[in-house]
Amino acid sequence: MSSAEKRAGTVANYVDERTGAAKWLKKNLTKVFPDHWSFMLGEVALYSFIILLLTGVFLTFWFDPSQREVLYQGAYQPLSGIKMSAAYASTLNISFDVRGGLLMRQIHHWAALLFMAAIVAHLMRVFFTGAFRKPREFNWIIGIGLLTLGIVEGFLGYSLPDDLLSGTGIRIAEAIIQAIPVVGSYLSFFAFGGPFPGESFIPRIFTVHVLLLPGIFLALITAHLMLVWYQKHTQYPGPGRTEKNVVGYPLMPVYMAKAGGFFFIVFGVTAFLAAVASINPIWLYGPYTPTQISAGSQPDWYMGWLDGLVRMAPNLESHIFNHTISWNILIPGLIVPGILFTGMALYPFIESWLTNDKREHHLLDRPRNAPNRTALGAMSLAFILVTLLNGGNDLIATHFALSINQITWMSRIGVLVLPPIAFVVTKRLCLSLQRHDRDLVLHGRETGRLQLLPHGEFVEVHEPISEAKAWVLTQHDQPPALEFVTEDEAGVKAPRGALNRLRARMSAATVEQIPRVEGNDLKEIEHH
Amino acid sequence: MASAGTQKSANALARTTSVDEGRQIFLRGCSSCHGINAEGGDIAPSLIGVGAASVDFQVGTGRMPLADMSQQAARKRPLYNPEQVAALAAYVASLAPGPEIPNQVVASYERDGNTAQGGELFRTNCAMCHNFSGQGGALSQGKYAPSLMGSTPAQIYEAMITGPQSMPVFGDKVISPADKLSIIKWIKAAQNEPNLGGASLGRIGPVTEGLLVWTLGLGLLIGIAVWLATKAR
Repeated sequence: MSSAEKRAGTVANYVDERTGAAKWLKKNLTKVFPDHWSFMLGEVALYSFIILLLTGVFLTFWFDPSQREVLYQGAYQPLSGIKMSAAYASTLNISFDVRGGLLMRQIHHWAALLFMAAIVAHLMRVFFTGAFRKPREFNWIIGIGLLTLGIVEGFLGYSLPDDLLSGTGIRIAEAIIQAIPVVGSYLSFFAFGGPFPGESFIPRIFTVHVLLLPGIFLALITAHLMLVWYQKHTQYPGPGRTEKNVVGYPLMPVYMAKAGGFFFIVFGVTAFLAAVASINPIWLYGPYTPTQISAGSQPDWYMGWLDGLVRMAPNLESHIFNHTISWNILIPGLIVPGILFTGMALYPFIESWLTNDKREHHLLDRPRNAPNRTALGAMSLAFILVTLLNGGNDLIATHFALSINQITWMSRIGVLVLPPIAFVVTKRLCLSLQRHDRDLVLHGRETGRLQLLPHGEFVEVHEPISEAKAWVLTQHDQPPALEFVTEDEAGVKAPRGALNRLRARMSAATVEQIPRVEGNDLKEIEHH
Repeated sequence: MASAGTQKSANALARTTSVDEGRQIFLRGCSSCHGINAEGGDIAPSLIGVGAASVDFQVGTGRMPLADMSQQAARKRPLYNPEQVAALAAYVASLAPGPEIPNQVVASYERDGNTAQGGELFRTNCAMCHNFSGQGGALSQGKYAPSLMGSTPAQIYEAMITGPQSMPVFGDKVISPADKLSIIKWIKAAQNEPNLGGASLGRIGPVTEGLLVWTLGLGLLIGIAVWLATKAR
């Protein structure tokens, strides 16, 4: 042993004797994780968050979260001598007078967009593969919490510079707060410390943006990862993979290298975007004044669906006891998002209730093998896509020479009609893919080689698929539909009859499947 | 003053000849819709009193003669050359007094305008339709506020004083001539605005940014993730 190794050993021993770290590290550094690209979407979100923390700290060094009025005398000439808030002036200052400031701002903003995109992509992966099933329901809820907070955090973040575009966003947020019946105007006064815009809002959301929400984020992300650690990562089905094992590589050295390297790749891609593409050019928007507005005022993409919903809402208002209820804001701004997010959070429990499946699941579903869930996901995506597109209705109108009124009407119809169509089409596609799987297992794959038989018939040669592939195509569960006794022999009706009938019907729809290939089918094929 | 007087009479002479020439162009190219005496018809307004500025704007930007009866006349390559446009303008101006072509007024915009003040005025009066950097925006039923990126100072001034199509008239009492020059100076600055943060993505706000992050950003990272998760062979 060299003297250097000896010295390192002495240091390690010193630490271990005082912390007992060796045993813990030995156990955890060899922990095995499965390998798949789709498992790295959550990593992208995590790394973007780290980038956000790093660049965010840099920005706080120069950002002045104040609505105090100042006269701009900085480097950007087209705004020279204009009255603006200190928040806006300091953001201009970061952009043009602080070395590397604009790049940092752009990395921060691109990382925020990427953070939200990665969260949504990760959420889709988890949903479509059924990774949220027992025992991971809590982690699903934490994930929905992170998504929701991410939307709020992003909104507050781009509101801080107090530019014309973000001020418009805050104005809409104020309108949504005011639309809450009875207490809306009081809540608005509370949030803004008086009438809009006031001088309190920017300092307040600054504290929330840089202190409160990042703290909650750190706590939730820690819990999210600890649960992944404790419950072990799910894996795709394959030979040798069971509900009781994890097939993959150890954390040390494989994932240390992979994940560590991937962090720098995410940082690199974000920095690349920030270096080549402008984002949130606040100097073009101008400072916020309630009397000004720009055409084509859109929020960042993760709020776009909400904007689209508000843009398509019909102009409904009720007047009760001299009190206005603005359904046109209340429904798209609060009720629909509330239903969406509650439904999303509760989905693991709803599915488990419909299938009565209380078992643990560590093997993922192939989306086609859960046709109802996949169809539901496609339906939700169709809904969000229509609303998102309508969020850009004015830009679609100008760039494709269309009428904004017609786009809005198409969206109103589309948001009701397209999701059910997406559901039906996706479900049929899933069942069709199942049929294809069955065909592959029973008859092998088409080789594209044609054979001329002696009597003149042409046939295509099929080749049996590998055993490993056949395993993947036949390993999934196909539970029967739930059945409920409605009456006993004496003719006494069971309690909760209507609920059970609904549950049985939905369960039957949920388990609708093409029968997977069983041993008997294979025997039959050997007979031929 | 004497030389100004001579200038004036020379101008008057030139005007008469160009009025006749303009009338000929009008009869051939415009009268089928606007009427033989520019009195208007079922599908086109009367041009009596719209002034030379209006003609210079509508014909000079190629909007008139109309290409088709769609929601709005689009900017296109002008059909008539500058002399013909001037003649048409002189003819329409001879029908009744109206706003004049502001060539001389706008000549001093560089000297008399204030870019930052113009920006404030633009954001207050124009950005609601033309977008924060003059890229244009949607109006109802397929109409739109056009992009200002190709507009000349005179055209911008003419648009403000004549209110073409859906645009309101911004008279001198609403926006003073000096303020108009500031707006023009700001729009010219916006036309020449460098892309300070990298590719501009169209200067239309966060929509293109979201599009880019989902395609290039996440697309690139998913590609790399697939590569990283591929087993070495």
